[in-house]
Amino acid sequence: MDAATSAPSPLIALVGNPNCGKTALFNILTGSRQKVANYAGVTVERKEGSLLTPSGLRIRILDLPGAYSLDPLTPDEQVTADVLLGRRSGETAPDFVVCVTDATNLRQNLRLVLSLKRLGLPMVVALNMTDIARRKGIVIDAERLGVELGVPVVETVGVKTAGVRALIKVLDATAMPERRTRNAVWQPLTRSAIEHDQAEVRRILGVVGGDRLDGVTFSDRLDALVLHPVLGPVILAVILFLVFQAVFAWAQAPMDEIKLGVAAFGNWLGAALPTSLLKDLAINGILAGVGSVLVFLPQIIILFFFILILEDSGYLPRAAFLLDRVMGSVGLSGRAFIPLLSSFACAIPGIMATRTIQNPRDRLTTIMIAPLMTCSARLPVYALIIAAFIPRRSVWGGLELQGVVLFALYIAGIVSAMAVAFVLKRRGKGGGFQALMLELPAYHWPNLRNLGIGLWQRVEIFMSRVGTIILALMVILWALSSFPAPPPGATGPAIQYSIAGHLGAWLAVLFKPIGFNWQISIALVPGLAAREVAVGALGTVYALSATGNDISSALTPLITQSWSLPTALSLLAWYVFAPQCLSTLATVKRETNSWRYPIIMAAYLFAMAYVGSWITFRVATALS
Amino acid sequence: MLVSKDIPLMELAPGASARVVSVSGADSKGPADVGHRLAELGFLPGEAVRIVARGLLARAPIAVRIGTGTFALRLFEAACIRVCPEQPQLP
Repeated sequence: MDAATSAPSPLIALVGNPNCGKTALFNILTGSRQKVANYAGVTVERKEGSLLTPSGLRIRILDLPGAYSLDPLTPDEQVTADVLLGRRSGETAPDFVVCVTDATNLRQNLRLVLSLKRLGLPMVVALNMTDIARRKGIVIDAERLGVELGVPVVETVGVKTAGVRALIKVLDATAMPERRTRNAVWQPLTRSAIEHDQAEVRRILGVVGGDRLDGVTFSDRLDALVLHPVLGPVILAVILFLVFQAVFAWAQAPMDEIKLGVAAFGNWLGAALPTSLLKDLAINGILAGVGSVLVFLPQIIILFFFILILEDSGYLPRAAFLLDRVMGSVGLSGRAFIPLLSSFACAIPGIMATRTIQNPRDRLTTIMIAPLMTCSARLPVYALIIAAFIPRRSVWGGLELQGVVLFALYIAGIVSAMAVAFVLKRRGKGGGFQALMLELPAYHWPNLRNLGIGLWQRVEIFMSRVGTIILALMVILWALSSFPAPPPGATGPAIQYSIAGHLGAWLAVLFKPIGFNWQISIALVPGLAAREVAVGALGTVYALSATGNDISSALTPLITQSWSLPTALSLLAWYVFAPQCLSTLATVKRETNSWRYPIIMAAYLFAMAYVGSWITFRVATALS
Repeated sequence: MLVSKDIPLMELAPGASARVVSVSGADSKGPADVGHRLAELGFLPGEAVRIVARGLLARAPIAVRIGTGTFALRLFEAACIRVCPEQPQLP
């Protein structure tokens, strides 16, 4: 259109220590205009956004992973150092650096500023969280800090828009330098260089104020409870339990709404469309399938809501601290807790989050057990079966029996993960020491904007899965279940004569010892592609196999009638160990850069699932 | 004048203030870069240090305030750090 838009926009990199409020600042600067992807070749998350300054300048902003130093120890730090030095192929070196610092923790943060200064890139220091600092009685002379550092310093208040306006003004006023012709050079810091830098930091802090060590802070008082050797684990257990109760209790009403909405839409569509193959596809394939997965959106939102709050408030690393000994006893680092907790939402981000674990063997073990954490995609299956077979009643003074069963399923996954990790540790060649060195940031109230953006990104991921892979699988399954058509004069349900029917009959032989009927056997096939698809598949299989006109009737009464309790429990057990979705295996392949581990993973999970279900089915049959 | 003796970080009483005296390069059993990493995180001679919390089993890991930051360390990591208590410690 005009020259301004065709010229490349300047690229600004946000750099900072972990926990300095960098991402909060990024969220304010870019709002929802963010692109979340991965850096080429590695699974470090790449976040880019853009900003239009008041003068009409379009600026691209890259949120680099948090780093303590430019001598990288983790893949995260490697990316940050490489991008800054222009060494990463496929990434343009930034034109300008915004170094984000936490005003309450300058003693730690300023060393990185001094390192960045050595790179000689044009930069500005954002003095973040000045509001919290002021409340703590730390007043920093920002102007003087700029003089001492030799770079401009702007006060930003990470969570408030007003402070960010000042930063935008500076970015706007700074004439963006010409594209760099040579890359910055970096000499790794020796120990004495680090000590020298720290002496400089102390000198600067002495001049600008802020050289104040906190006495006992609010975080310390809270930590006295949260990190208490006895109370701490109790608090952790209560928090996790409440989260799972809430996932069931709060989600009920919106789930009912979605169910009613989908059913109403199906009825309307049924009345509006002429009877044809297309109508059959629309109602029995697409709507029945996608609708029955969409219904679990409320639960996924609630689960992520809690995970994001725990993350943003600073509780998650405390939980890792509390669990470090337990995790250590099976050969894992406390750091593995965060990837594993993320795996409760989905194994893919969990496996990707293992990049923060430095020890390769430790990291591999964490990757291998991540799929045993009950991911949210299993919730639809659990929810369906629990609703159908576990009575809604209170036990032990007010606890929902359904919630208790769900909790037990999560525990089963955790315990088996620990067992697998223990076996892997025993098989490995002797321990060695694994690093923890985990920062416990000061507590703060979760920020609504960050929560909103984080939730929205998760919802987008889930919805795009519903919209793409699940929809495609639903259509394929519908085709498999509809063709070939039954021969004239056939008596059974149409699906029995289709490809899926034959496939299911064959699989049913394999799964008969663990109590699965042919409908379940068919549903497990697309369930391999994405676990939640199994529910949609059951919907399709039962809607299609129903001879009457009860297509829109819910799945729950259908399976209550046609499955025995041992079959239902066996399927629950199957899903605890569940052969995972193909995307997880693809992620493992990419993370480990070999086919060996995804194949081992698939094999051991299949074996555990089969054995687990067999035992469950036999025991339940014997008892009932 | 009484000169306080430096002690391993683990022997510091929880809540008591101290200063880092030295961070050894590498414990013979630990990974070689532990000392360097600790230095990068701010465990540097002269910095104020305090134990915030200890675990239940074997009293590990420990949460350590260094300057204005707090880090969780395993015992072999803490073993690299020697400190000098600000007040003489009671046995």
